[in-house]
Amino acid sequence: MSDPIRISIDNPVVRVNNLNFYYGASQALFDISLDFPREKVTALIGPSGCGKSTMLRCFNRMNDLVDGARVEGSIMLDDTQVNDASMDVIELRRRVGMVFQKSNPFPKTIYENVVYGLRIAGENNKAVLDEAVERSLQGAALWDEVKDRLNQSALGLSGGQMQRLCIARAIAVNPEVVLMDEPCSALDPKSTIRVEELIGELRSKYTIIIVTHNMQQAARVSDYTAFLYEGALVEYGLTRELFVKPKSKQTEDYITGRFG
Amino acid sequence: MTSHIAREKEKLKRRLLTLSADVEETYLLAVRSLEQMDEALAKKVAGSDDRIDRQEVDLEEECLKVLALHQPVANDLRFIVSVLKINNDLERIADMAVNISERVLDLVKTKPMDIPFEFSTMSQKVYSMVKKSLDSLVNLDLHEAHEVIALDDEVDALHHKSYGLVIEKIRQQPDNIEALISYLVVSRYLERIADLATNIAEDVHYLIEGDIVRHIM
Repeated sequence: MSDPIRISIDNPVVRVNNLNFYYGASQALFDISLDFPREKVTALIGPSGCGKSTMLRCFNRMNDLVDGARVEGSIMLDDTQVNDASMDVIELRRRVGMVFQKSNPFPKTIYENVVYGLRIAGENNKAVLDEAVERSLQGAALWDEVKDRLNQSALGLSGGQMQRLCIARAIAVNPEVVLMDEPCSALDPKSTIRVEELIGELRSKYTIIIVTHNMQQAARVSDYTAFLYEGALVEYGLTRELFVKPKSKQTEDYITGRFG
Repeated sequence: MTSHIAREKEKLKRRLLTLSADVEETYLLAVRSLEQMDEALAKKVAGSDDRIDRQEVDLEEECLKVLALHQPVANDLRFIVSVLKINNDLERIADMAVNISERVLDLVKTKPMDIPFEFSTMSQKVYSMVKKSLDSLVNLDLHEAHEVIALDDEVDALHHKSYGLVIEKIRQQPDNIEALISYLVVSRYLERIADLATNIAEDVHYLIEGDIVRHIM
């Protein structure tokens, strides 16, 4: 049987090597190494507490905010070492955007939500901002629904629209990677399908790493899947292969719902 | 605790085994009807087609239901796909058995003669392939599945031999050409049943190993 975690990825955008992560004394990730393919969707799956969200949050240093968190090993975003003390975290988060489980639009207008990142970066040229708003909302498949009310509060949108607004906000700053942490778990089936379709379209421009509890969703939207269990990488490969003929018995048991 | 999908798989397996027992029986009766030139038995075999067709359709619908409702993956997915294909192969085997019995119904009208090829050897070998292929499914036995695939060449060789023997007989007894052609067609049906048993064995290989060996092994 071939190695369940070593696969070769051409021209990866993120390269993880020997990543260990600790919350205080307790270790959450164990010696993880894998490469994420450029302009593809990679799903991270595994039972609750397996470390998939922790891993996702390592890629844009969201874990810096957690007391006692400590990271070892290397995460390369192209030629940049993410874990370098000299890393500009604001710049990192522009390059690595994030969409959360619960949509979290700012209590501002739709327009201001989208341009928020650009304004922080010092962009105030109205023509540039207008262009970014249209491009990002188009990209997030939201433009047609909101183009006539850009100056109304984002909090008046439906749950599915808010989540797509958050995606628009994430892509407005032209990130290289978009991290998604269970982006559909609070959405109804119809909004879920919209977001899944959107992921399929975004793939042509962005690298997407998505954490999902929904196995069928991972199978539908991703090109590659990584299965984590108890903080370790158990299997990593093409989604179409992992869901048809997993190499590891543990993966098989998990995806067929026979776990534990 | 048994999961829903595990229960569904168990149900599909039971139905498939019922069907396979029926198909095996149909095959054996067809062979016996020819050996004994038993017209009544041949008629009975020819009449069993509808029953087997119905079972095949029911089982297929059951598989489609499980696919739609449970969206199986990995081993579960490969199991359902294998059952769908084996179901189809079994129905075709029964068709071939019916075809043999229909040849018998023609042959009883012709002048009696000895079977002009190694019918007994060939039909037994084919039976053992059908049986082994189904056993390999029940026991998920890769070794047994591979034995079936290897036996296919032997049956092909026997059919090739039948062809030569029947041609020779046609030269010797041109008056019996109708009966001899019917016997040649029977040999061909046996060879087709062996192919279908091989398909089943290949599906069992897929179920266990996850790779498609058709056209390779």
